[in-house]
Amino acid sequence: MTPLARRRLRNFRANRRGVWSLWLFLALFGLSLCAELIANDRPLLVRFDGHFYFPVVADYEETNFGGDLPIDADYRDPSLAQRIDARGFMIWPPIPFADDTINYNLPSPAPSPPDRVNWLGTDDQGRDVLARLIYGFRISVLFGLTLTIVSSIIGVAAGAIQGYYGGLVDISFQRFMEIWSGLPVLYLLIILSSIIAPNFWWLLAIMLLFSWMSLVDLVRAEFLRARNFDYVRAARALGVGDATIIWRHVLPNATVATLTFMPFILNGSITTLTSLDFLGFGLPPGSPSLGELLAQGKANLQAPWLGLTAFAVLAVMLSLLIFIGEAVRDAFDPRKVR
Amino acid sequence: MMALLAVETLTVSFASGDTRVDAVRGVSFDLEKGETLALVGESGSGKSVTALSILQLLPYPTASHSTTSSIRFDGRELVRAGNAILRDIRGNRIAIVFQEPMTSLNPLHTIEKQVAETLHLHKGLSGSAARARVIELLQLVGLAEAESRLNAYPHQLSGGQRQRVMIAMALANEPDILIADEPTTALDVTIQAQILKLLKDLQARFGMALLLITHDLTIVRKMADRVLVMTEGEIVERGATADIFAAPQHPYTKKLLAAEPKGTPQAHEPRPKALVETRDIRVWFPIKTGLFRRTAGYVKAVDGVDLTLREGETLGVVGESGSGKTTLGLALLRLIDSRGEIVFDGRRLDALSGQTLRPLRREMQVVFQDPYSSLSPRLSIAQIVEEGLKVHQLGGNAKERRRAIERMLQEVGLDPAAADRYPHEFSGGQRQRVALARALVLRPRFLLLDEPTSALDMSVQAQMVELLRELQARHGIAYLFISHDLRVVRALAHDIMVMKDGKVVESGPAASIFAAPQSAYTRALMAAAFEIETAAPEATAQ
Repeated sequence: MTPLARRRLRNFRANRRGVWSLWLFLALFGLSLCAELIANDRPLLVRFDGHFYFPVVADYEETNFGGDLPIDADYRDPSLAQRIDARGFMIWPPIPFADDTINYNLPSPAPSPPDRVNWLGTDDQGRDVLARLIYGFRISVLFGLTLTIVSSIIGVAAGAIQGYYGGLVDISFQRFMEIWSGLPVLYLLIILSSIIAPNFWWLLAIMLLFSWMSLVDLVRAEFLRARNFDYVRAARALGVGDATIIWRHVLPNATVATLTFMPFILNGSITTLTSLDFLGFGLPPGSPSLGELLAQGKANLQAPWLGLTAFAVLAVMLSLLIFIGEAVRDAFDPRKVR
Repeated sequence: MMALLAVETLTVSFASGDTRVDAVRGVSFDLEKGETLALVGESGSGKSVTALSILQLLPYPTASHSTTSSIRFDGRELVRAGNAILRDIRGNRIAIVFQEPMTSLNPLHTIEKQVAETLHLHKGLSGSAARARVIELLQLVGLAEAESRLNAYPHQLSGGQRQRVMIAMALANEPDILIADEPTTALDVTIQAQILKLLKDLQARFGMALLLITHDLTIVRKMADRVLVMTEGEIVERGATADIFAAPQHPYTKKLLAAEPKGTPQAHEPRPKALVETRDIRVWFPIKTGLFRRTAGYVKAVDGVDLTLREGETLGVVGESGSGKTTLGLALLRLIDSRGEIVFDGRRLDALSGQTLRPLRREMQVVFQDPYSSLSPRLSIAQIVEEGLKVHQLGGNAKERRRAIERMLQEVGLDPAAADRYPHEFSGGQRQRVALARALVLRPRFLLLDEPTSALDMSVQAQMVELLRELQARHGIAYLFISHDLRVVRALAHDIMVMKDGKVVESGPAASIFAAPQSAYTRALMAAAFEIETAAPEATAQ
C-alpha cells in the first residue's frame, strides 16, 4: 500500500462515527441480503417421514407431505402443519412472514398494532411490517447502489470526454445537458407509468436518463485542469493515445472528487426511489418499499407504527450514509492534518 | 549597542502526525539599522521559515519554537508575543515582500485599496489623504502612470509591476526592516535588475535594514553587506560579502560558489547536417469578441520563426517570459497547432496528422520545466519510464524492458533500485532525471528541453548541465534548449536564438553572440545575467 493510501485509511479511521456507521450499514445491508432466511413464509428446514426438505430453496407440492392435491405446499396452512408435526418437524425463520404474506389470523382488524407475532404490527392489508421493512430496505439500497454506480460510470465518462477534448465537444455537450436537465422528470415518469407497468429495471433506466449528470461538472473541471499538465503533455509527446492518457494519467486525479461524492449520490438515489414510491409512481403495487410504507402511514394516521417505523428506518439509513460520506471526505482531504 | 533585530538560538519545528521535523536549528544573527543582510541557501534550508518566524507568521501550533528561541526587535520579544504587539509591528515596523507577485496580491481588489489598507490600519489614513500617499508611494517605487493605475486590478499588471506594488505596500509605513523573500526569483532577468536597483535606492533613502533571502549568489554579491549561509536549518558560515566570495571557509559555501554551470559545448567541425528546420512558423491565438465570437485579432505567440537545429548539437532559445519560446517548442513537436513548414530529418511534420505522426514521436522527445508537475503522481518511476517503450512496442518482453529501464535510470544518475518508488519520494533534481530517463529511453534524435534547470537549486543545476552535455556527446542527440538563463545556455548551446514577442531578435553561433551581441535587447539580457553593470557598486557599506 502506498503511503498516500495508508494516510487516507488513517484519516478514515480517525473519524470514529464514520467507521461505526460503515460497519453498522454493512451489517444491516448484509442481513437484508439474506432476507429470505430471516423473514419468510416457508420453513428453513422440514423433516417429514425421515426425509429432509428445504422449502426456502426448492418448491414442494402438498403431495410430498401426505396431501391430496398436486399444488404448491402452503406451510402456514394449519392442517399441513399438523401433518408435518405428526411425522417430523419444521424449523421456521425468526419472522415467519414474507413481504407479501397476509396474516389472516389477526387479533384486530388490519392495520393491527405490534404484538408478539407481528413485532412491528401489520399494514392495512395484514402484511407483517418488519418483513416488508427488511425486503424494502434491501430493494432501496440495491436500487440506490445500482443507480449510483451506473450513473457514476456514465457521468465520469461524459465529464472526461468533455473536459479532455474541450472546445466544440465541450460546448455542445454542455448545451445538450442544459436542455436535458430542463426536462421534467416527474411528468415523464407519470406519463411512462401510464403506458408501461414500471418495475425495478424500468425505473432504473428512467432515473438513469437524468441522474448521470451530477458528476459530469466535477469530473469535467478536473479534466480541464489536468489536460494541460506537463505529464499529460509528456505522455502525448511519447505518442500515447488519448484513451490511455484519459484512463492512466488524468482519471486518477478525478477519482478523489468522485469517490468523495459517491455516498451522497447514493443517498440521493435512495431518497428518489422512496419519494416515487410514496407518490405511487414507483415500484409496482404490492412490492415492499419504504416509500409505500410511508404512504400507508400517511393514509392510516390512527396506526402510528406504520409511519414511525418507516421514518425511523429512513432516518437511520440516510444518516449512516451521510456519516460514511463524511469519513470518506475526510480520508481524501489533503489538508486534513489530524 | 543593541542591534535593531537580534535573533538568538531560533529553533522551528513542524509537527505532522507523530513525526517532528526541525526546519531551523539554533540560528542566531543580528541585523543593524541600514544594513543589508543576505540569507543564502538552497530550497529546504530553512531560510524562508526563519524569515517568517520573525513576524510570527508560521502556522502555529503545527509549527513551534523551542523555549530558548528569542527574537528581539527594538528591545521587544517577538517569540510568543501577543497579537496586539505583533499587529503593531507587522507591516508597520517590519514589512515583508514575498516571492510570487502573481499570488501575493488579492485579485479582487484594486491596487489602491490594497496599498491603502496598511495605511489605514497603522496610520489611520483614509480618503484623499490616503489616496495622495498611495500615489506618492507608487511613484516612489517607479510604477509608471501611477495615478491612472490606481484602479487597476492585479491581473492588469505585469509581474514586475506587481512586485513594485508589493514593495509600495511594504514601504507604506516606512518600516525599520524590510524582509525580502526571494523578491526577484519569479521575474525576468531584466526586470530583476530593475527591482534590485529599486530596493537598493529605497533602502539608502529610508535607512531601512534589508533582510534579503535568496538562493541566487549573483544577487547576494550585488546587494549584501553581510552574508549568512544556511543549510539544513543551520547557519554554516557568516561574514562580510567580499570575504565570503573571496575565501569561503565552509565546504558547503565552497560547493555553492563552485556550482555555477561551467564549460562550453564540444565543437563539431565541419558542422553536421540539419535535423530540424522550420520556415516561417507561426502560432497565432485568435481573440474572439462579441456575441458571435468573431475573430477580432490575434495574439501572435510565435510569429514567423526560422530555425535550424543540427544533428548532435544544441540550439539555445533565449527570451523572457511571454516571448513565445515554449510555444515554439510545443509547435515543433506538433503538440499545438501551427502554420509554416517544419522539416524533421527530411520529412514534413506539419503535413502529418495524429496517426501518421505517432511513429515519429519516438524520435522527438521533451523534458519540461517543472519536475513536480511533469510526472504522473500515481505511477511508479518504472511505470513512467516504461510507458513510451510500451506505446512504441520497443524493448522486447517485460523482463527485457525492465532491464532497459534500470540501465536508463543508471545512465541519468539514479539508483535502479528506486524504480518502484513514486515521484513524490524524490527531490526536484532527481525528478528531472526521471523525466530525462523517460525521454531518453526511446533513444530520440531530437530532445526539446524546456527550461529543464530553472526549477532546480544552483548546485543541482550544474550537475544537470554536466549530465546533459555528457548524454549529448554519447548519443549524438540534438537539443533545443529553451531557457531564460544565459549562464546555462552558454554552457550548452552551439547556436543561439534570442526571441522577443514571438519574433527572433538575433540568432547565430553562440560564441559570436556572446562575444558581440548585436541588438540592444540581447545586450540587456546579457548585462542582467552576467552582472556587468548593475546598481552602482557600493564598495563598502560600513
